[in-house]
Amino acid sequence: MPEQTIDLKKRRFLTQATSVVGAVGVGFVAWPFLSTWKPSARTMAAGAPVDVDISKLQTGQLVRVLWRKKPVWIFKRSAEALAALESDAVIKNLSDPDGSGYSKNQQPKYVTTSYRSIKNREEVGVIVGVCTHLGCSPTYRPEPGAADLGGDSWKGGFYCPCHGSKFDLAGRVYAGVPAPTNLVIPPYRYVSDTLIRIGVDPEIS
Amino acid sequence: MKNKESWIDQRFPLTKVWNEHLAEYYTPRNFNFWYFFGSLAILMLVMQFVTGIFLTMHFKPDSANAFASVEYIMRDVEWGWLVRYLHSVGASAFFVVIYLHMYRGLLYGSYKGPRELLWILGMLLYIVLMAEAFMGYVLPWGQMSFWGAQVIISLFGSVPVIGPDLLVWILGDYALGDAALNRFFSLHVIALPLILVVLVFLHLVALHAVGSNNPDGIEIKKNKDKDGIPKDGIPFHPYFTVKDTMGVVAFLWIFCAVVFYAPGLNGYFLEHANFIEANPLQTPEHIAPLWYLTPFYSVLRAVPPMFGSQFPGVLAMGASLLILFFLPWLDRSPVKSIRYRSPIYKWVLGVFVVSFVMLGWLGMQPVTPLNAFLARVFTVLYFAFFILMPWYTSIGKTKEVPERLTE
Repeated sequence: MPEQTIDLKKRRFLTQATSVVGAVGVGFVAWPFLSTWKPSARTMAAGAPVDVDISKLQTGQLVRVLWRKKPVWIFKRSAEALAALESDAVIKNLSDPDGSGYSKNQQPKYVTTSYRSIKNREEVGVIVGVCTHLGCSPTYRPEPGAADLGGDSWKGGFYCPCHGSKFDLAGRVYAGVPAPTNLVIPPYRYVSDTLIRIGVDPEIS
Repeated sequence: MKNKESWIDQRFPLTKVWNEHLAEYYTPRNFNFWYFFGSLAILMLVMQFVTGIFLTMHFKPDSANAFASVEYIMRDVEWGWLVRYLHSVGASAFFVVIYLHMYRGLLYGSYKGPRELLWILGMLLYIVLMAEAFMGYVLPWGQMSFWGAQVIISLFGSVPVIGPDLLVWILGDYALGDAALNRFFSLHVIALPLILVVLVFLHLVALHAVGSNNPDGIEIKKNKDKDGIPKDGIPFHPYFTVKDTMGVVAFLWIFCAVVFYAPGLNGYFLEHANFIEANPLQTPEHIAPLWYLTPFYSVLRAVPPMFGSQFPGVLAMGASLLILFFLPWLDRSPVKSIRYRSPIYKWVLGVFVVSFVMLGWLGMQPVTPLNAFLARVFTVLYFAFFILMPWYTSIGKTKEVPERLTE
């Protein structure tokens, strides 16, 4: 038998080529497994809009509904509370009062700047009740002057018990708290004067 | 073929393995109190496996049934309460043991060469164990399970650019719910325990390759007799198997006292709010992770948001864990054990321990301006321990290390 010499160059090429093909194969096999973690077709279909009847909603009252498995607050603000939202006493505490900075994408374009609600229905606030810090649901603290939230400087709003973030009654974040941005305003529309549909934009009039 | 070998030894290296790892594995003779925790960690791993297997037989990984199935185990399954309390107290006890085991490493420089890989494997075990414990705590689907998971998973959502998509991928949904509970169950009972077992095996292989450190920090392999046996070593079996058994008895005595008389340990091992079923509409008044995660949670809270993102805090928390991996290379001291270290090191280690404990305590408290300030101070001290280590371990006068063990 003739003695064979080992072609190291060829062997190295074959090793590398096999490794590359193998790695591509691993990638192709991994993809279906990793994809099983994505929201399933049934989950995707479950994100339907939610209707809320506000005919019995009192001034100062807040109701919570689940929309896309997240809490959404629907609450009615008093005239004093609305006035406070535009006052310097509140605005000077806020990190991004007109929603033009980091909070640019936290609300649909059709809500007003200071009240963050649909025009002509300023008293009704609709906010996704999920803290923009780490996802807790802030508590409703509408009473002005609450001693544990800064006394006289507190004009009512939301307080996150997890990490101490504060928001005003329009869901705008205070400066110097852990939450980086304003709370999210979901798309919503008035189906009638007393029925709100959460999850769809208003029809263009 | 040697006829002296047994039937098994001709087919499987039983005697060889027994001798290499037990009967002829030579261990420093001066092990003290701090050296009980390695074997206790294995005991806890076995405890969690056995109790976990039996809990899995009754638990339902479904967001509609999980909470009720845990109550079912507690009330209707015979001795179910015992199995469940052994598992829940076992998780905290596991971390008590692991923290003491790691502190032993700090005291006696057990991470220093040639034991760097041993330390890194141990750190990997620690991180996987934290993930395992976190996912286990989510399963009962109480208020703390839900909101704790909400906060921890939201950390991934803060990653720039890919964060929101990553979050949805982890949750399998647009919010925390059944999909996440189900996959955490799978990871908790299959994937992570398998990884833990493999890492424990590698940790022991690495340990038995380099040999145990000891309270003097002296390499016993440097002094061998004519048969190649370390003069200061004694066989692990029977000497330390017997001694460790005594440690097991003492440990189980305390462990059982907690299991039978205070299984929730007043909210430290099972938080009060977790006896209420998860409610996605309402966050509890005060939430905190379980005690073994709170030091890192404090670091997370101590860092304020920057550039409209809480990601810097998440990075700081990750760094507070990652930096531990680099300990073997940060420590420049010529000696291993605290017994021969400079007085400066003893002070610094003391400050570090106080900082770590304080961060842990603050992590359980509500955020107040004072607490936030303290958390920042102790976070800085925590990182200073590591970042300044190359400097303070190279100054100060160390004592001379003897040739042989001192006791």
